[in-house]
Amino acid sequence: MMIDTVMWSRLVTGLTLSFHVIFATIGVAIPLMISIAEFVGIRKKDSHYTLMAKRWTRGFVISVAVGVVTGTAIALQLALVWPNFMQMAGNVIALPLFMEVFAFFFEAIFLGIYLYTWDRFRNPYLHWLLTVPVVLGAAMSAFFITSVNGFMNQPAGFLFEAGQFTAVNPLQAMFNEATPSKVFHVLASAYMTGAALLAAIAAFSILKKGVTDYAKKGLKLMMGVLLLFSFLTALAGDVSAKFLAEHQPEKLAAAEWHFKTEQGADLIFLGWLNAEREIMGALHIPNALSFLAFSDFNAEVTGLDEFPLDEQPPLLVHYLFDAMVGVGFTLLAVSALFFLLLLLKKRVELNRWMLRVIVFGAPLAFLGVELGWFYAEIGRQPWMIRGYMRVEEAATTSPSIVILFFVFLTLYILLGTMCAVVLRRLFRDNPAEVELEKAAQAQQDALQDEQTKKEGDPVS
Amino acid sequence: MSYEILGISVLWIFLYGYLIVASIDFGAGFFAFYARLTGKDHLINRLISRYLSPVWEITNVFFVFFFVGLIGFFPDAAHYYGSALLVPGSIAIILLAIRGSFYAFENYGSKKNIVFLFLYGATGLLIPASLSVALVLSEGGFITENNGIVTLDYLELFTSPLAWSIVGLALTSILFISASFLAFYASRADDKPALELMRGYALFWSTPTIIAAFTSVLYLSQHNNRHFQNMMDLWWLLGLSVVFFLIVLWLLFKGRAYGWAFIGLMLQFLCAFFAYGIGHYPYILDPYITIQGGATQEAMGIALVVVFIAGLLLLIPSLALVFRLFLFDADYVKGKK
Ligand code: HDD
Ligand code: HEM
Ligand code: HEM
Repeated sequence: MMIDTVMWSRLVTGLTLSFHVIFATIGVAIPLMISIAEFVGIRKKDSHYTLMAKRWTRGFVISVAVGVVTGTAIALQLALVWPNFMQMAGNVIALPLFMEVFAFFFEAIFLGIYLYTWDRFRNPYLHWLLTVPVVLGAAMSAFFITSVNGFMNQPAGFLFEAGQFTAVNPLQAMFNEATPSKVFHVLASAYMTGAALLAAIAAFSILKKGVTDYAKKGLKLMMGVLLLFSFLTALAGDVSAKFLAEHQPEKLAAAEWHFKTEQGADLIFLGWLNAEREIMGALHIPNALSFLAFSDFNAEVTGLDEFPLDEQPPLLVHYLFDAMVGVGFTLLAVSALFFLLLLLKKRVELNRWMLRVIVFGAPLAFLGVELGWFYAEIGRQPWMIRGYMRVEEAATTSPSIVILFFVFLTLYILLGTMCAVVLRRLFRDNPAEVELEKAAQAQQDALQDEQTKKEGDPVS
Repeated sequence: MSYEILGISVLWIFLYGYLIVASIDFGAGFFAFYARLTGKDHLINRLISRYLSPVWEITNVFFVFFFVGLIGFFPDAAHYYGSALLVPGSIAIILLAIRGSFYAFENYGSKKNIVFLFLYGATGLLIPASLSVALVLSEGGFITENNGIVTLDYLELFTSPLAWSIVGLALTSILFISASFLAFYASRADDKPALELMRGYALFWSTPTIIAAFTSVLYLSQHNNRHFQNMMDLWWLLGLSVVFFLIVLWLLFKGRAYGWAFIGLMLQFLCAFFAYGIGHYPYILDPYITIQGGATQEAMGIALVVVFIAGLLLLIPSLALVFRLFLFDADYVKGKK
């Protein structure tokens, strides 16, 4: 009975987070893309980019709404589903959770202002400046929440006496050893995913409606951003792996099916295990794991044999890890190929295969984010707070959790569908071309207005 | 002042802030739906959406802030309330989720949909009703702990007159606060028909509010006499609250100085809310959690207070900017921008 409620508690949390992280990633990434587009638009005096920023913002507010409500759900669920975790860890890790709310506050305020002030400033850079606190606020919230997750993996900043955390140092807890690599990886992968999403939308519209200047510009801009951040994501992934090798070796060992501590360890890709726990059908890259972990082909990598059986993470994470890395390299390759083709023959936007692959990149990137988190979270098992609190000690004891799982599942399906329907209607009924014409018309009218009554009221 | 007291004061001030901004928002949802039903939506819906669009997210953050702050300062609260409230808390989450997202779908999406509006209006009443239950529970007698297992006694809760009177107070206050604010906003926008409508609603809801307030205090005296006596020691705060209420009523009746009327209303609720809160001392959950016993460790408490002050220094200017752009910019309010 106990075991069951624990399992359901994990499922509820996993479900909510898996759903939230889709919108959280959008929430972190898209403000940066909006900011870039608006800036380019002002710089080049090109209304296409300005329109891009406006349209992205319009879609963004709808997804933010889902991000906000699911985030609120997580904040409450952490206390409802894991009351003992929050009671114990709250003493140590409340600071970043609290600061996260300030970051949201800051972001929400400036997003509100940004939305409703498109035409209220004379100097366009002033309006662009409003994106800065929005981008920073989103990045800060990702930073704070990731540092909480870092704490769960690499607890720091306290003494442990009689089952209680004492002598708490909140800053040390927040800047635990896991925080830097995690934050780097989370931010880089979020920006990468945002760029992949917007590039895919542009590519899709070219496939559907033919090449327009507007779509072409959007595609190139976002492919550039994608190239940059897919490179940084791979780099950050490497940093994360080096962190794991040093501080959380059982997680890396489980991901690599690295059973025995040895020097010059092989990197194992895919494959399966037979009844005797021998690896079958896998791709072995000699000494590569040692290199990945310590930048040295002969370094010693800790294996699972150094951990008691009941403290080893599930071996399933091997596939999650491989798939995530696969996604990372695929996206890097796609964006590199795009620019290679661009250099070779200039008109990539006519290459339908390239466009199809780019469209496919968006779901792939989101899959990568999910796989990464699944790997990070399942790889921490059986610990809730690594070394101090096991998952089953933290969970609620209420059997109602079973029903709640299905209730929340229904809610998320409903929210997801509604969100998609509303977004689709929003953009289908109002294509970019029509808007461009309207904008041009409005500009002309405004010019005429200005000539007739030479003075406008000074703008707040 | 010790850091626990500082912490709970900060949280209580924040809860007060949430009470005001959320009431405006929740009530507006109800009025928007009601106006559509009675065919008066052309009068007020534009007004409501002009105010709400820029601020709904900020309102939500207020709530999260209070909640996360409470758990941060008083981690024991997570254990007791968290365990007891799994089901009601989850219902509140679902209502909040429906309300927030459907508001955005209706408002930023392209088509106006009566179902969205209904959900938006209905959740506007259900959410405060479910949240106010947390206040009822804090009075003690509903949550019990046996061998470390915390349970909530639903039968006791649903048959408690105190619970129902507090829910009633929450609902009437929301409609009263919201209508007074929207009357003020309409007067800034020089929108005569909307003003008359909202003024009528505000006057209508004032009497039930005060009746519900007295009823709740009455039942409180039966349920938790200690709390009641503490509040009676603060009779002057309660008296001030009533005085402010009368001023508000008079201003609304005369139909002038809507800004002052709304400020008076904020003071009315401030006095009553603090009389209630101070009377609650020293318990956060009677009898399990006290402010001193349940507080987090000192280093964390101080860190949270420092962050809180730094955060306020960042937020107050930003909020001032929002108000200047959307609340006090006459052209924006009138819909010229
Ligand atoms: C602040 C903490 C935090 C953060 C940022 C995440 N998680 Fe998590 N997750 C937890 C805190 C947590 C948890 C509450 O601590 C769980 C419950 C059991 C456990 O060990 O950790 C958990 C478990 C958990 C499980 C069940 C794993 C198992 O027990 O086998 C899944 C599938 C996910 N999470 C998925 C995610 C996703 C998709 C995330 C992306 C945002 C994510 N988690 C971020
Ligand atoms: C335990 C994990 C998490 C908790 C407790 C949490 C909490 C929250 C809360 C309370 C909100 C709503 C804030 C509001 O009211 O405005 C929110 C939204 C958001 N969360 Fe999460 N979150 C978690 C995981 C994540 C992760 C992993 C990320 C990103 C890497 C993330 C990024 C965001 C973003 C960007 C938003 C807001 C959307 C926006 O306002 O733009 N969250 N989250
Ligand atoms: C390109 C090669 C990649 C490598 C070598 C890599 C490596 C890693 C490692 C070692 C971790 C575990 C860190 C920990 O638990 O402490 C991790 C987690 C994660 N990965 Fe990757 N990754 C790669 C690509 C990607 C891609 C493409 C995405 C998403 C699109 C992604 C998203 C994530 C996320 C969200 C996490 C969880 C956050 C964390 O715990 O650090 N990764 N990755």
